[in-house]
Amino acid sequence: MSLSIIKPGLLDTLQDMGRNGYGSWGINPGGVMDRYAAHVANLLVGNCKDEAVMEVHFPGPQILFEQNTLIAITGADFSATVNDEVIPRWQPVVVRRNTVLQFSSLVEGARCYIGVHGGYCCDKWLNSYSTNLKASVGGWHGQALKKGDELPFKENTIYFAGLLKEDSNFEVLPWRVNTEKVYRWPHEVGFIPGNEWDQLSAASKDSFTQNNFLIHPSSDRMGYQLSGSSLTMDQSVELVSSAVSFGTVQLLPNGQMIVLMADHQTTGGYPRIAHVISAHLPKLAQLRPCDTIQFKRMDISAAEILITAQQKELHILQRACMDHLNELVC
Amino acid sequence: MTLELGHLIDEQVNRRVLALETWLRERPFPGLKDIIVAYSSITVFYDPAEMSQTGWPDGVHRHIRQLLEEAWVATDREYPSFLQEGEPIRMPVCYGGGFGPDLEGLSIALKISSKDIIELHSSFIYRVYMIGFLPGFPYLGRIDPRLETGRKSRPVPVVAGGVGIAGNQTGIYPVNSPGGWQIIGRTPVKLFDPKKEPPVRLEVGDRVQFYAVSREEFEALYGSQGGY
Repeated sequence: MSLSIIKPGLLDTLQDMGRNGYGSWGINPGGVMDRYAAHVANLLVGNCKDEAVMEVHFPGPQILFEQNTLIAITGADFSATVNDEVIPRWQPVVVRRNTVLQFSSLVEGARCYIGVHGGYCCDKWLNSYSTNLKASVGGWHGQALKKGDELPFKENTIYFAGLLKEDSNFEVLPWRVNTEKVYRWPHEVGFIPGNEWDQLSAASKDSFTQNNFLIHPSSDRMGYQLSGSSLTMDQSVELVSSAVSFGTVQLLPNGQMIVLMADHQTTGGYPRIAHVISAHLPKLAQLRPCDTIQFKRMDISAAEILITAQQKELHILQRACMDHLNELVC
Repeated sequence: MTLELGHLIDEQVNRRVLALETWLRERPFPGLKDIIVAYSSITVFYDPAEMSQTGWPDGVHRHIRQLLEEAWVATDREYPSFLQEGEPIRMPVCYGGGFGPDLEGLSIALKISSKDIIELHSSFIYRVYMIGFLPGFPYLGRIDPRLETGRKSRPVPVVAGGVGIAGNQTGIYPVNSPGGWQIIGRTPVKLFDPKKEPPVRLEVGDRVQFYAVSREEFEALYGSQGGY
């Protein structure tokens, strides 16, 4: 069971939910940018959430399936096709041996996830499959995928090949995930105040919550640089480095901001004016350079309720996916 | 959630941070993701969704806050005795030349001869205040005030092993990376090796002293561990 890369995309890596627990060694969590989409990609193919998924950017890769494979495409819409026929996102699809998956155009979003039944067989380092490109470790030998890479899968536990009709290249299974709640109002990003929020000038606090900020083209998996009105602190604060996280909004010396994303460093010395709430990181991960965002203040209890509800729905989804798959193949 | 003990580089404060870390690590709970220690702060990373499954109906952040307050009170009474320091770790450095491209410029800027910079840099015993920025990157302090210098205005490529100074700190780049510190030398010692357990050579609280080695000694030491 495997797939091979005919042609790599802009940046294709194997990732999971991140390498947590090693921050005091300077080892960052990394992992997928859009945890919700990656989680769903695994659930749709009958995996647990901790299997590796392939994270791809546009232009995407060309992938040959060497065996019949149960896959799910989630996250960004890059017009995925199998042998030139469009396949849906957020839905399990059985693809036939020797078919080719590719991505023809960028419709919306920034990152797309490819989950395969069983999960990818790849390198686990410090309890995580995530590719750490800086340390060249984890995932696919610590590297982005290249032409000719052959990625094996773990063993099948479900017999899905029988679902393929004789003359079709793929079979779309008849259930899909409703993601409307997670990605609605894509430009509105909830935040809770960070440790240095109170030292922002009153005008800057207003500006932060009332203005739109543009995601700068230099943004990547490490962070989104924002451009917009310049913010200032009431008094200049001399900070020493301390821990930062996925979603931390730092104020740079030039008055502009950076939102730290999945590949952020473990520590930083710039003022932490805000943190994007975890429940809104998936939609932030799907914004692209030149998109705008607007920050909306929330309190920490509300933020906890949102992420807990999101996770609860994923638990329900997991059970539903397993039930559907088991029913279909029995 | 971050508990800050001021914004300073101070050995006593950093020892208290380590005592807090020890106390917290002895009390793990479902949903605890990570604990990161820094110069004068400790940060607890937690997953509210996982925690809410085991209780804390009135908001998990209140529980974390309470935990940090308890840790604060508990570590006020006693500092664990194992925080006593052992012998410093000796770290060879080949200063200047291609290995320390910024040494000469620094010598001019600081009006101190390269030889004296090397002497000053290798005479102090430094404390590892924190590990951050890159896997295994030690923030060592404090350096001789005469060596204090600013960062570069933009990061340039630094090779693994590069020994830099910035502000009142010195540090070592464990992997190739862009960096803004003034690079005065290179150590042949591998600070990060994903195949080892633990993968990082230094930990917070370790003490480090540099010593100058020649190019030949560097090559010999470098070869003996099979390069980076």
